[in-house]
Amino acid sequence: MGASYGKLMMWFFLLSDAFTFSGLLITYGLVRSSHPAWEGVREEFVFSTEYWPIPERVFEAVPFLHGISLPLVFVGIMTFVLIMSSVTMVLAVEAGHRMDRKAVEKWMLWTLLGGIAFLGCQAWEWTHFIVGTETATIKEVFNLTTGIWDKVPVTGANLHVNQYGPQAFADFFFFITGFHGFHVFSGVMFNFLIYYNTVTGVYERRGHYEMVEKVGLYWHFVDLVWVFVFTFFYLV
Amino acid sequence: MAHHSIEPQVTVLPPDKEKIKRLWTVAGILGLITAVEFAIAFLWPHGVAKTALFVILTIVKAGYIVGEFMHLRYEVKVLFWAILVPVLFIIWMLVAFVYEGMKMPVFL
Repeated sequence: MGASYGKLMMWFFLLSDAFTFSGLLITYGLVRSSHPAWEGVREEFVFSTEYWPIPERVFEAVPFLHGISLPLVFVGIMTFVLIMSSVTMVLAVEAGHRMDRKAVEKWMLWTLLGGIAFLGCQAWEWTHFIVGTETATIKEVFNLTTGIWDKVPVTGANLHVNQYGPQAFADFFFFITGFHGFHVFSGVMFNFLIYYNTVTGVYERRGHYEMVEKVGLYWHFVDLVWVFVFTFFYLV
Repeated sequence: MAHHSIEPQVTVLPPDKEKIKRLWTVAGILGLITAVEFAIAFLWPHGVAKTALFVILTIVKAGYIVGEFMHLRYEVKVLFWAILVPVLFIIWMLVAFVYEGMKMPVFL
């Protein structure tokens, strides 16, 4: 087909991976559209398990700026970090075409830094999501012994409770961003391997840097998935 | 005994200025579209039009990433179509599932 075997197989793997992520995001769309939405004004929005939350009111915290409402700012920074690390990756590929080992090393280091920074941001975001806000959401839970609906205060979210909205919202948050985060983590591992092989001169002796290109494809794919997660989970 | 210690002769080519410039331009476009999305998120009321615009902008971004960063635009046509055609079915799947979801509401 004119493309090398390795690159071709990477493309086919990425296509199958795209189907997996589509499955997750489309299921999110299905479940979200079957839940009632918040009908009121954005400013008056309050968390309730009765309707799907507005994402920009869920994700409005930024580290070190406690108590200030900055909707989507932190996730915007994360997007920027990932796009930048995609650029440095493609610059590493370009340097590889020219057999410029020093430049490949430099750009791979920047790419690694971007990936690790993104993972750090995600750890922060998850912690905040799990711990929750200062005001609890009141959830009505049916008490089997008394036979009445108890009002239970809920803070934070996990796979059992969710203060931000219906339980499915938290479940999807953990599964979708978690699955993507795991891809980023694997990508950082691969990138490190590439960096190591570059430094030790493996590719120079081999006479080409095609491995940088193949792992680069994977890394760009991680960025690509994030673009979709950003839109469908945080913006819409 | 073979001489394993012989270092290969490597010719380092100078940077392709034009290519690098194009890559940074693409990065700029991606950043700009994200900034526009950010602005729309706060300035526009929620609705079908807003969602549709987000989806279009996302596909434009995806096109730049796949076409330029992943180099698919410059690959052989067979590979290009082998990747693009299956992806088109995902759009069908998305529309079908969201439509189904709206037809079967969850009772909380």
